[in-house]
Amino acid sequence: MSTRHEVKVTIINRLGLHARPAMSFVDAASVFKSEVKVCREDTEVDGKSIMQMMMLAAGQGTELTIIAEGPDAEAACKALKALVDAGFEEE
Amino acid sequence: MLKLTDIVARGAIVAPLKGKQRDQVIRELIESMVASAIIDREAAEHLYLRVLDRELKSTTGFGKGVAVPHAKDPRMKRISAAIGLSQSGVEFNSLDRQPVYSVVLLISPDDQPNEHLRAMEAIFKHVGSDVFRRLLRQCQDPAQVWSLLLEADAQKHNA
Repeated sequence: MSTRHEVKVTIINRLGLHARPAMSFVDAASVFKSEVKVCREDTEVDGKSIMQMMMLAAGQGTELTIIAEGPDAEAACKALKALVDAGFEEE
Repeated sequence: MLKLTDIVARGAIVAPLKGKQRDQVIRELIESMVASAIIDREAAEHLYLRVLDRELKSTTGFGKGVAVPHAKDPRMKRISAAIGLSQSGVEFNSLDRQPVYSVVLLISPDDQPNEHLRAMEAIFKHVGSDVFRRLLRQCQDPAQVWSLLLEADAQKHNA
């Protein structure tokens, strides 16, 4: 059964969503079967593509919406939110 | 969005690159930044090691024949990039295990994380475009690359 879930997150780490955290996000998203989109205002990118994630230019304090659609959408949202909330284990 | 021509130093375009390996190419691009007085000789060695260190943590060969190695340096006043093109491909330990044909070396000041993100945004919006990547690979010399960057900044290739 396919479901759609979305969750709002705020980037808290000082350096923002630079290449390494973006890679962590993509790696974490890719574990799930669901499609994962990440939105910043009117920009929507594929949460499993590092090249697209780098287009978000999401600095500290930026609000993003994570939208997952598929069999494990809820789990995907939960895991990705936890990663962002933990500041990608950075300062 | 930042303009590519505001980020890339006109004198730091290396086309074609001589090196076939990641470290050689990073060295060539660092040297092009020294030659165009973006960084000094003393900073060059330090930056070379910083960029390599970053690659060892995780590759910036993000796929589709593009790599964006980068480092920060407190001596930089503003963000600056060098571009290198390879005809035959560079071994870069990319995510997709394919050779890299376009390398953008980005050096950012230490204290402007958002400018670094905005530069990455501008670079990826362009290199994410199939049309832009194809045109970039067709460039034969630095002058052609610069013309393409000017055109891209004028939004002609946002296909």
